[in-house]
Amino acid sequence: MTSETTTPMIGRAIKRREDPKLITGQGNFLDDVKLNGMTHAAVLRSPYAHARILSIDTQKAAALPGVVAVFVGKDLLDVNPLPCAWPAGGFKNNMNTPRAMAVDVVRFVGEAVAVVIAEDRFIARDALDLIDVDYEPLAVVVDPEKATQPGAPQLHENAPNNVVVEWSAGNREGTNRAVASAEVVVKERIVNQRLMATPMETRGSIARYESSTNEFTLWTSSQAPHVMRLLLTAFVFGIPETKLRVIAPNVGGGFGQKIFVYPDMVFCMWISRKIGRPVKFVEDRSENFKSSTHGRDHVTDVELSGTRDGQITGLRVKTYAGLGAYLSTIAPGVATTLYGRIVTGVYKIPNVSIDVIATYTNTAMVDAYRGAGRPEASYLIERIVDRFAAELGMDPAEVRRRNFIPPTEFPYDNGLGLLPYDSGNYAPALDKALANVGYADLRKEQATLRAQGRYLGIGISSYVEICGVAPTAWANGQGWGAGLWESANVRIHLTGQVVVTTGSLPHGQGVETTFAQIVADELGVPYDSVLIEHSDTAGTPFGYGTYGSRSLAVGGTAMVKSARKIKEKAKRLAAHLLEANPEDMIFADGKISVKGSPDKSKTFGEIALYASVGASMPEGEEPFLDETTYYDPPNCTFPFGTHISVVEVFPDTGAVEVKRYVAVDDVGNIINPRIVHGQLHGGIAQGMAQALYENAVYDDNGQLLAGTLMDYAIPNASMLPDFEISHTVTPSPVNPLGVKGAGEAGTIGSAQCIMNAVIDALSPFGVRHMQMPATPEKIWHATRG
Amino acid sequence: MIPAAFQYVKANSVAEALVLLQQHGEDAKLVAGGHSLIPAMKLRLSQPSVLIDIAGMADLKGIAVNGAELTIGAGETYHAIATSAAVKQACGVVAACVGQIGDIQVRNCGTIGGALAHSDPAADLTAVFLALGGKVTAQSANGSRQIAADDLFVSMLTTALDSGEILAKVTVPVLQKGQGAAYAKLKHPASRYAIVGVAAMVTISNGVVTAARVAVTGAGPQAVRQASCENALIGSNGDAAAVKAAAAKAGDDMDYLGDIHASEEYRRAMVQVYAARALNEALAQARA
Ligand SMILES: Cc1cc2nc3c(=O)[nH]c(=O)nc-3n(C[C@H](O)[C@H](O)[C@H](O)COP(=O)(O)OP(=O)(O)OC[C@H]3O[C@@H](n4cnc5c(N)ncnc54)[C@H](O)[C@@H]3O)c2cc1C
Repeated sequence: MTSETTTPMIGRAIKRREDPKLITGQGNFLDDVKLNGMTHAAVLRSPYAHARILSIDTQKAAALPGVVAVFVGKDLLDVNPLPCAWPAGGFKNNMNTPRAMAVDVVRFVGEAVAVVIAEDRFIARDALDLIDVDYEPLAVVVDPEKATQPGAPQLHENAPNNVVVEWSAGNREGTNRAVASAEVVVKERIVNQRLMATPMETRGSIARYESSTNEFTLWTSSQAPHVMRLLLTAFVFGIPETKLRVIAPNVGGGFGQKIFVYPDMVFCMWISRKIGRPVKFVEDRSENFKSSTHGRDHVTDVELSGTRDGQITGLRVKTYAGLGAYLSTIAPGVATTLYGRIVTGVYKIPNVSIDVIATYTNTAMVDAYRGAGRPEASYLIERIVDRFAAELGMDPAEVRRRNFIPPTEFPYDNGLGLLPYDSGNYAPALDKALANVGYADLRKEQATLRAQGRYLGIGISSYVEICGVAPTAWANGQGWGAGLWESANVRIHLTGQVVVTTGSLPHGQGVETTFAQIVADELGVPYDSVLIEHSDTAGTPFGYGTYGSRSLAVGGTAMVKSARKIKEKAKRLAAHLLEANPEDMIFADGKISVKGSPDKSKTFGEIALYASVGASMPEGEEPFLDETTYYDPPNCTFPFGTHISVVEVFPDTGAVEVKRYVAVDDVGNIINPRIVHGQLHGGIAQGMAQALYENAVYDDNGQLLAGTLMDYAIPNASMLPDFEISHTVTPSPVNPLGVKGAGEAGTIGSAQCIMNAVIDALSPFGVRHMQMPATPEKIWHATRG
Repeated sequence: MIPAAFQYVKANSVAEALVLLQQHGEDAKLVAGGHSLIPAMKLRLSQPSVLIDIAGMADLKGIAVNGAELTIGAGETYHAIATSAAVKQACGVVAACVGQIGDIQVRNCGTIGGALAHSDPAADLTAVFLALGGKVTAQSANGSRQIAADDLFVSMLTTALDSGEILAKVTVPVLQKGQGAAYAKLKHPASRYAIVGVAAMVTISNGVVTAARVAVTGAGPQAVRQASCENALIGSNGDAAAVKAAAAKAGDDMDYLGDIHASEEYRRAMVQVYAARALNEALAQARA
């Protein structure tokens, strides 16, 4: 341990410490894990979206040389279906969750029907072709609204009209009155299409069971290993939690898809116990598309009322949210709390009411996908506000400004049963974005070009979102079935090296770097002496994992708190050694000194050594510097910002060129600008992709039409513009770091930014709305009237 | 996405490959860059039991200009062709076309012979090859024969090559003064293959278009010539009005495919837009 002054790390754009490993192929991902005696699973999946299984003949498959065993759904009836941990709180939920394999009925294309275990992956795959399943096809429904209509095929007995939950929030009577008496009402049907998360690394599981101890180890590509352990032991298998260790190796992207419990976790564990050998299953891309969770899938009717001079008076929303054939781990909560309670966005809207009808359809399960509910909300409000501005013939920037929640009203209650928005100052972000893009000149240029038959569009999006998703008491009230605090243990080893263990973990965000930066600064130790350990339930304290942009605001704060406890103890020990009063000790620059006499001091390293050896502790003190915090914040955080894009559409082909993309994001204090920018770049790209390219569309028979990367359009870098990113900084009062969160902001701000620009460009053709994705073909049609 | 079991044999010469082809008959397939065949095998759309690897074979290499002809060995990769000074000079459209296929990894593997032998409905080179009026040399145990571009593409994923034949060489004309050729492509947002690709070659003499060949890929099941479009242009002076009139005829003589990104109706319209672009560029070159 050095005692020289360390440069502050917070605010520095250092490179990510995890990258050298990941970009040189030394990262260890799930598929790299190989165990002695390991067998390989291949899954036979339903080709039908809805069918009764009349019979399954696995004999030929089982007889193929190299096949170890074949299992079907009926074999696994001694374990429970997967749990859903977040029904919508305060409402009746008609719950149906999947089993590891379908038993009598399949309800979506891709649902597991049988699993072959073989000596290698190739034999396992070959054996699938030898299984005979006799299906009786049933009628199919894929649209979340049509699913509720009379005569629609019924997926589950306990869910009449395929309704999961009918949820509402806000003030219905007031809103009805406001809309009925308004000077202006704009109304639109707005679809937020289904998307696929498409992490670069697909999902999977490897399970090993040791009969001598009855212990399982599960390696799985997961964003929340501790939660997997809890749900799999207590809810699915009914075994003690201590009998399962969950390890998430390096995780190659998740975007939400890797938060949840999946059938493969269950069947790998069950089968490994049955056959006494480890079982490995790794999805291929087609399986990831067909059977891992999707995102979005909302159909919404929205009405916004206001005055002629641009004051919004009411917002009435009715959304059909498709949740797929069964409930994934947190699906109902995403479609209700994380969406419906923030649908007013950055605006002060006196009357708001929302209904969400969550439904079952014959499609893959839908759950949190980057932004989880908030992109749907911000898309909705930002589109309808633009529509309102167009109706009035007012500048959309002006309409926004006029309705922003004023900075004096924070903490702000939006009337939808959300915790109050922590802090915000929306106009400066808008102003900065307008200035950066050169808004006034752009509008002039747009007019000039229109006269020449060229179609420029300018799109604005002012968003707010919910990050640091945590306060447990609040989450419980929303139906969340567990806690949401986060843990961090900080230990100072004899050599002065700092080891941090946490229940939070990275799957591409670079939080090993960010966490080390904040701990290094808090303790005044070199950045390189801080090691962050995570992702293994053996060796890290219980924690809820990484999603909802919570790693830094919640997990990072837990770390700061543990480091502060360490400092307090270090001060007491230094005071003892220096024969001073603990209250008079100052901790600065890696040194603990007596106030007023700086020469009377101990380095942090000296104290660490002293405490680790523990030879002459003061009375009542234990040896070692080791502190743990379970941090449950008082509130969520609410990042915000304004994005502005400039597009040109070409009527002859319908092509869109995104010429500029300016983002001003307020994510609170910034620990590492490089990482924040990286998160924003990726997030904006994902939102743009929704606006222009991606569409996980099913046909009426429930076949996924975008089932491969030859059909599902993920943009590459050449299809994206440069992002011009800057910030305003409004520290969050919620946590001592003043951070808000940046993992999802880009996605939440961007889809409507592009769509508003495209629709603005098309306004001379009378276009007022267009559903995503704005494909060239749709635009081409729109320009032809 | 796991292929069925297959045997793999590396051939070191065309002669050796031909013997292997005869030995294994219909069960065997040649593999060159593998960038069309292997994906199809992973989806089990193709299940050959023997793969005969002809990649990197010296017999199938070579880029040479002989008088009015540019000949490219079937095993030359896109990258080699795109960066070849000889190709750029003799028939720039070929270099430009292959230079935008896929990404650098694809271009390092994919071969000109594989592309033409595969005849993917959305491949780029097929249209360029048709517009240029090239020919391929096919070798079999019985010797070799030439197949003209117009006879090569039979139907979706099917060419005039026999299963016992190897496509050995691709020959295209060296563009002369007064000639121009261009390829215009609307990329599929997911696959980046052609939703519509139009290739055109024109000859101008004394201000009059004396010859024109136009071919479309992507929009339908296979690459096809556009006779009505060509006829409309031939004999004109190739000005804006002539191009417009000719482009309006493009797409008349073909079948269409549609998918979630582009319907038949849209592809039909885009054939005309991209025909005009290809023609304009080809004409500009011819005049230069
Ligand atoms: C990610 C990706 C993107 C792509 N993007 C594009 C694109 O934008 N545009 C485009 O046009 N293509 C694209 N391709 C396809 C690419 O061009 C292929 O490489 C090409 O179509 C086939 O060439 P190959 O050498 O890889 O052939 P292979 O895959 O090896 O073979 C294809 C077929 O041709 C046969 N064959 C190969 N060589 C010969 C020969 N000499 N004689 C007889 N038969 C032979 C094989 O038996 C096989 O049936 C893309 C491919 C990938 C993987």
